[in-house]
Amino acid sequence: MADLRSTFAGITSPNPFWLASAPPTDKQYNVERAFKAGWGGVVWKTLGEAGPPVVNVNGPRYGAIWGADRRLLGLNNIELITDRPLEVNLREMKAVKMNWPDRALVASIMVPCEEAAWKAILPLVEATGADGIELNFGCPHGMSERGMGSAVGQVPEYVEMVVRWCKQFTRMPVITKLTPNISDIRRPARAAFQGGTDAVSLINTISSIVSVDLDTFSPVPSVAGKGTHGGYCGPAVKPIALNMVAEIARDPETRGLPISGIGGVTTWRDAAEFLALGAGNVQVCTAAMTYGFRIVEEMISGLSDWMDAKGHRGVDDISGRAVRNVTDWQYLDLEYVAKARIDQDLCIKCGRCHIACEDTSHQAISKEKDGKRHFEVMDDECVGCNLCVNVCPVDDCITLEALPVGSLDARTGKPVSGHYANWTTHPNNPMRKQAEPAQ
Amino acid sequence: MQQGSRMAQGVLKQGIAPGRLDPAAYAANFSDLHPPLDAHEALVEADRCYFCYEAPCMQACPTSIDIPLFIRQIDTGNALGAAETIFEQNILGGMCARVCPTEQLCEQACVRQEAEGKPVRIGQLQRYATDLAMQAGRQFFERAPASGRTIAVVGAGPAGLAAAHRLACKGHDVVIFDARAKAGGLNEYGIAAYKATDGFAQAEVDYVTAIGGIDIRHGRALGRDFSLEDLRQDYDAVFLGLGLGGVNALRAENAEAPGVANAVDFIAEIRQASDLAGLPVGRRVVVIGGGMTAIDAAVQSKLLGAEDVTMVYRRGKAQMSASPFEQDLAAARGVTIRHWLVPKRVLIQAGRVSGLELAYTALVEDRLVETGDRLTLACDQIFKAIGQTLAGDGGGLDLAGGKIAVDAQGRTGLPGVWAGGDCATGGDDLTVTAVAEGRDAAESIHLHLVGGSHG
Repeated sequence: MADLRSTFAGITSPNPFWLASAPPTDKQYNVERAFKAGWGGVVWKTLGEAGPPVVNVNGPRYGAIWGADRRLLGLNNIELITDRPLEVNLREMKAVKMNWPDRALVASIMVPCEEAAWKAILPLVEATGADGIELNFGCPHGMSERGMGSAVGQVPEYVEMVVRWCKQFTRMPVITKLTPNISDIRRPARAAFQGGTDAVSLINTISSIVSVDLDTFSPVPSVAGKGTHGGYCGPAVKPIALNMVAEIARDPETRGLPISGIGGVTTWRDAAEFLALGAGNVQVCTAAMTYGFRIVEEMISGLSDWMDAKGHRGVDDISGRAVRNVTDWQYLDLEYVAKARIDQDLCIKCGRCHIACEDTSHQAISKEKDGKRHFEVMDDECVGCNLCVNVCPVDDCITLEALPVGSLDARTGKPVSGHYANWTTHPNNPMRKQAEPAQ
Repeated sequence: MQQGSRMAQGVLKQGIAPGRLDPAAYAANFSDLHPPLDAHEALVEADRCYFCYEAPCMQACPTSIDIPLFIRQIDTGNALGAAETIFEQNILGGMCARVCPTEQLCEQACVRQEAEGKPVRIGQLQRYATDLAMQAGRQFFERAPASGRTIAVVGAGPAGLAAAHRLACKGHDVVIFDARAKAGGLNEYGIAAYKATDGFAQAEVDYVTAIGGIDIRHGRALGRDFSLEDLRQDYDAVFLGLGLGGVNALRAENAEAPGVANAVDFIAEIRQASDLAGLPVGRRVVVIGGGMTAIDAAVQSKLLGAEDVTMVYRRGKAQMSASPFEQDLAAARGVTIRHWLVPKRVLIQAGRVSGLELAYTALVEDRLVETGDRLTLACDQIFKAIGQTLAGDGGGLDLAGGKIAVDAQGRTGLPGVWAGGDCATGGDDLTVTAVAEGRDAAESIHLHLVGGSHG
């Protein structure tokens, strides 16, 4: 049996599945339901300063995009940090931690970018028994206009400064949550690292407008006919998050920095992919908001079964395993040749591979054989681009197969050499240099 | 089928009698066979379409409706656009959505049939879009400037209506002659009531003719009230969509006995009945035939309260022209289907049908022969559904296989005369095929008229 116990930045939890700081973690009632369902930890919905809490709009807070059968693919929100009084949240956090001592409880915090503000709140949080804090430098809407959230996260110097204050004023582990609304995610990560952060978590939501109401010409969600950009999350953002996690994981300047992976984690597979790209644990929100808390059962059993099947004993065995395989384009093997193969037994003859290739790619899939509807790859035209694989509606019907070393590539007329060669040494590269191995 | 608590007595009435069921049961029995999809169901179903390249469904459709496009239009909230896509190819798309054997056409070709045995419900989606457009009274076509030409169309059935609409679109005037009191042809008189409920056939005639320029004259039959030559003289072109008005004779002893009737007449009677409870039906009914007409007569006999309904067909299940879906429908409604039986003698008691004597058949060296064994089925009523024929001589035109011979454009051997639908060669006697033939003949007529060539 795989051991799913997790220790992240010194914080232990029975599994690596935490709920991200968001509506599902806004109060004791929800959090205790989550723990009953099996979640390993929660990051409590972001706390603000003492005093009158923020207010939310009284109309729609969410917008979405959907795939087939109205499956939710992306969610966007304009909700702010907790709109409940600080003391209520602190009281409930303390009660939860007492009731559920084995689960991770981390407080997300967002206060003005002033030393006094942080100095004031940290002892109050520490008194709840929380296991750690997460600095919300990410929210792209509402709070950023007040100089908080992503307004801080987009300025590496501020990130480093606030992290330093926190490390100075609390003994709790500090997780710095990063905004993706920035050109190079490594810069705020490096700043947080310099400031002494114990970990980073990412991604926070992406600035977005999900749609426009074509009757009223108002952005969605529409509040009295007006809309504003919100924070985008859900399955649609996973690829962006994976890349950013990998970028940090393979950055020599932040080597060893624990990463909590966030962004569209919906199934155990998503979680395993984040772990493989260097995350130590994952945080989930949209999937829970779509299906309820019990999805964690599938995540736990799926991850555990896969680890058993592959012989991975613990989370540390898989964390970062794919990082070494993330490289720059210039180091990809240009001598590797693959061709698409269509399994005729699985093919349902929808023809999407053909038309995608014919209209938009390389005219490499024929549509007829002996006067009948039949789709087949022409090796002399196929560049192995994988588009047909991606548009095929049937699992595993079209696969990309590597040509064996020594065989002829019918398109180029050249044999597959089997010798690694990349762009850095390619004759067409005006900047070419002596052969250099992959990183 | 719902059966009221007082049904039993009615069902057991001897002979051919009306009112076998609880009054409420008729409405339930003859309600819509496939209730329409609501908006949510339509979206769920539309989402299943893969938008195939040169979609097999579209190629399987006799009218070549751009099915992937109209489904995508439904999926994106443009159901009226979907209706326009359908009507461009098939102005009777509403009726076709109801009566097409989709399981043998578009839905059989659907790649999801191959993928998972569950095709996209194309017929139901087509009905969803066309119903919305027709209920909204949305017309998508405008007539071209008047051409000054007038075309005579004989028969206001699917072929004639499709031809008339396309001709009207082109700016021609059309006069339709129809022998019956109502337009629609088989849509109005020849289809089981539960397939076209709530007066849909007439609503569709109104929708099609709303384009203008189509004048329907009822009670006018070719050969009785006017000749083909009259039409050729008075009009710029003639389209014959006569249908098959005759029925094959039953070759059995006492075939004319009281209690023996044509299934097509029975089906028409049900469609035209204002009160189904007033329609008499036998307690024990035998339907002779293996096609859609036989199924419609048998199922509706059952729905009217017949206690026992048996279909007899001279060959096997595989040779029946009724689709597997229709056969299953009949079986589910309690109809017994028996194969390899050919009628020999109608038994008579007290001047009325009392039974049917049949001979068992078998295929011997590809020839159907009687085995010598006999079977007698007790019954009060017998419906003949053994095929329809061209009524009269088809205006004296060249025939082939008992139908008016036409070329690929619907041209008969006589200049200026076109024909299509069940009365003409080619096609498979389906509503949708008749629509395609009427539409294409109209294009041919138009080319002939504006191009000045000789049809």
